[in-house]
Amino acid sequence: MAKETELIILDEVTVRFAGDSGDGMQLTGSQFMDTTAFVGNDLNTLPDFPAEIRAPAGSLSGVSGFQLHFSSNDVQTPGDNPDVLIAMNPAALKVNLKDLKKNATIIVNTSAFDTKNLKLAKYDSNPLEDGSLQGYHLIPVALTQMTMNTLEGLEMSLKEKEKCKNFFALGIMYWMYNRPLDITDKWLESKFAKKPVILEANKRALKAGYNYGETTELFTARYNVLPAKLKKGKYRNVTGNEAVALGFVSASLKAGIPLFLGSYPITPASEILQELSKYKAYGVKTFQAEDEISGICSAIGASFTGSLAITSTSGPGLSLKNEAMGLAVMTELPLVIINVQRGGPSTGLPTKTEQADLLMSFYGRHGEAPLPVLAASSPADCYWMSINAAKIAIKYMTPVILLTDGYLALGSEPLRIPEISEIPEIPVNYRKDPEGFYPYLRDENGARPWAVPGTPNLEHRIGGLEKKDVFGNISYEPLNHEIMINNRDKKVKNVVNDIPDVEVKGLQEGDLLVLSWGSTLGPIHEALRRINKNGPKVSHVHLSYLNPFPKNLGEVLKKFKRILIPELNLGQLAFIIRSKYLIDVIQYNKVQGQTFKSIEIENEVNRLLGGKDGK
Amino acid sequence: MENNKIPEIKLTAKDFASDQEVKWCPGCGDYSILAQVQRSSPDFGIEKEKMVWVSGIGCSSRFPYYMNTYGFHSIHGRAASIATGVKLANPDLQVWVATGDGDLLSIGGNHFIHACRKNVDLKIIMFNNKIYGLTKGQYSPTTDKGTVTKTTPYGSIDWPFNAIKLATGSGATFVARSIDREPKHLQDMITRASKHHGAAFIEVYQNCPIFNDGVHAHVTEKDVKAENTLVMEHGKPLVFGKNMDKGIMLDGLNPKIININDGNLSINDVWVHDEYDDNPTRVFLLARFTDIPGFPVPIGVFRQFNKATYNEDVTGQIEHIQKTKGVGTFETLFAGGNTWEVQ
Ligand SMILES: Cc1ncc(C[n+]2csc(CCOP(=O)(O)OP(=O)(O)O)c2C)c(N)n1
Ligand code: SF4
Ligand SMILES: [Mg+2]
Repeated sequence: MAKETELIILDEVTVRFAGDSGDGMQLTGSQFMDTTAFVGNDLNTLPDFPAEIRAPAGSLSGVSGFQLHFSSNDVQTPGDNPDVLIAMNPAALKVNLKDLKKNATIIVNTSAFDTKNLKLAKYDSNPLEDGSLQGYHLIPVALTQMTMNTLEGLEMSLKEKEKCKNFFALGIMYWMYNRPLDITDKWLESKFAKKPVILEANKRALKAGYNYGETTELFTARYNVLPAKLKKGKYRNVTGNEAVALGFVSASLKAGIPLFLGSYPITPASEILQELSKYKAYGVKTFQAEDEISGICSAIGASFTGSLAITSTSGPGLSLKNEAMGLAVMTELPLVIINVQRGGPSTGLPTKTEQADLLMSFYGRHGEAPLPVLAASSPADCYWMSINAAKIAIKYMTPVILLTDGYLALGSEPLRIPEISEIPEIPVNYRKDPEGFYPYLRDENGARPWAVPGTPNLEHRIGGLEKKDVFGNISYEPLNHEIMINNRDKKVKNVVNDIPDVEVKGLQEGDLLVLSWGSTLGPIHEALRRINKNGPKVSHVHLSYLNPFPKNLGEVLKKFKRILIPELNLGQLAFIIRSKYLIDVIQYNKVQGQTFKSIEIENEVNRLLGGKDGK
Repeated sequence: MENNKIPEIKLTAKDFASDQEVKWCPGCGDYSILAQVQRSSPDFGIEKEKMVWVSGIGCSSRFPYYMNTYGFHSIHGRAASIATGVKLANPDLQVWVATGDGDLLSIGGNHFIHACRKNVDLKIIMFNNKIYGLTKGQYSPTTDKGTVTKTTPYGSIDWPFNAIKLATGSGATFVARSIDREPKHLQDMITRASKHHGAAFIEVYQNCPIFNDGVHAHVTEKDVKAENTLVMEHGKPLVFGKNMDKGIMLDGLNPKIININDGNLSINDVWVHDEYDDNPTRVFLLARFTDIPGFPVPIGVFRQFNKATYNEDVTGQIEHIQKTKGVGTFETLFAGGNTWEVQ
């Protein structure tokens, strides 16, 4: 007979699965995510990989984590601090404990708390026994042991059996949060269709974990997080990198021209190249070049030839691409450079996030070489901003930098799948008519014609040397150079006509405005939601378009006494805003390789409001 | 319009000359290379609008401006990459690269070897003046050891690249050499490269009268060139000399210069050139001649062979997937991943 359990309704929960790199935590987390999405919660996830691919088993540096925040409301971050931690070994407990909420629930795999693992995790005494976990709701489960027992009699090695313990843990979580098993069952069936024993073992472990939750006295309550009121439609969970790939394929389909990606692998941008390599059915050409320079240069060649050309990279790669970006500015060819920002400088923190490439995106090329800069604000937004970047590049015949970052690239959230009619029009007008054709004769937007090789009678030459206005032959005339520099500058400024005005969330004028850009939207939004719960106090503007800034930004900024700019750098947007609008701003900076926690923003805003640390 | 087909007129060299004034120094070997390209272009078997000339930076890289085709004068060293993008994006185009010894082998070395390795269908002409012309006379990766240049006032101490070896070793499938002062030969090499499918490389010895005058004099000056030049022709014995009395004999893997008229050895002992040699070993032996004192400079096609080109495989893979899985549409784009419906 089932025991008595209380069913508690919660608005939101943050869970973190943590274990050794080999414990399958990413997979376990993804399964929990798929099921959670299916039952209709809004969600947001963030994996946390160790920098080393194969750190020693059981060591602190080998801990891999997957955090998931789900709710019956709108979710914009993977959650500041987990309510629940699943720790598969002592190292996972040690690394993650400091992040947990007070009173958080910790499910630990007691089987892994032996002397060897404790030593590897640098514990002097066993935390399960020395009272150091007082204040947490500790649920000790001999996961390994029980998994082995469950799988007794199956024809597989001990090692293979042990590997199923993550599904036992997942089963417990499904019971705790009242989720069905069938999504994961189905996934296992397709994944292990050819390995019936492994399939059976994992299904058994999952079910056993679920039953364990049902019967053991350790659990006294189950939780339910009701479906969120998401907009009607079909959804798919996407990471930022997947969304970028999908966005550019969508743009290519909408524009009716083929997509070309020239790229070189680099963390955390590689998935864009990997994903797009799959889309051959869509005519996508991916070129894994010998380096980043060749990545962008091949894309420039493809752009000259009429493709929707893009190149993807992260910080060090962006540095290498700078010279070629100048060439794209000069030759006025459409191109999107996707920079997935990571901790810098140099190799920096390759697997971590930062927003410190903004100034390089603005000013990183020699000469006067302006280009539009866009930034995505959430994993799903990466989809839309990719499309917008493609549209601007083609319409204005210009390279465009699209900034995302490590946090967006690997984090995930549901994307509502649009109809093709919802994708903005991306008209492509290759020049065909030789009558009145001049390579640098501009249209009303300031764009030059796109005359692609293969078109009869439009043979012309482009290049990095300065060109005569309109005619396009090499020109060293002093005045012409100035005219061309102004033309290119004006063209980028014209992009303002294609970008929406900023929208002020909250009071339209007043004391304090928070101005943010890129991936920090989630935590800032959550913080301000709490601050403004009892009436609007602090306003918010978020920027997706950085160069040019939206038309009304200057006006909006002048309506507030104080402007706070939180950024994951030393104040790069602040620098640009000050110099452009001649106003002072208050900086709030963090460069720890992690995004803001919403509580950090909340505290800072409250401090400015004269409160005490948000308490 | 009933019939808007223009009768096919064979183009001439003039049709390939742009309206731009050519601005190389008087006497520069680049003029000849341009002239030979323009003269042979009508024989490339492709419409003018489908030819694209891509270059990097250098005197030689000004080349595209003078051709009345599509052209892209890019940045230093990157011509091979840009050309690769052009070819992949539209494989119907015939893509040429005009480049210098510095542009291709120094700053662009990485792109060059990888374009060869992948066998991208590009036709690369390297103008080898063994010097940096545009920047006014610094030594280059092909400058002979000991040469005094602006940056080697006491003589260059670098070992130079042997471009033929490098191209062959990197996987180029057509490798040839010619000389600015041999117009007919040069035209022949260019036309043959135009017909090749795959990475084609032609090293052209080019004189820079300003910064490295006479560097190729041993193969261009009337009185000495016959003794120093070996014209390779497929199926013909490798003989040279004013009197055509010298031949190359292979003694195992050692090439030797023999006299075919001295009564001991004859023409029958001479190595017969095989352009289609499936073993690159002998190509390397020929390529080494320029490194061995006393040996003649081979000109002509060292080797050509066919293997799948990168661009064909890129397109082929796409076509295969589209045939087996269907052509992707916006509707199928999201069908793959886990999706769910919110009512
Ligand atoms: C990134 C960069 N570095 C350096 C230069 C300067 N530069 C221009 S051409 C050149 C060398 C050209 O030599 P080569 O390719 O042999 O061409 P040539 O002028 O001899 O025909 C150099 C170093 C440049 N334009 N760009
Ligand atoms: S510097 Fe030399 S290579 Fe350059 S144009 Fe003059 S002669 Fe020709
Ligand atoms: Mg040179």
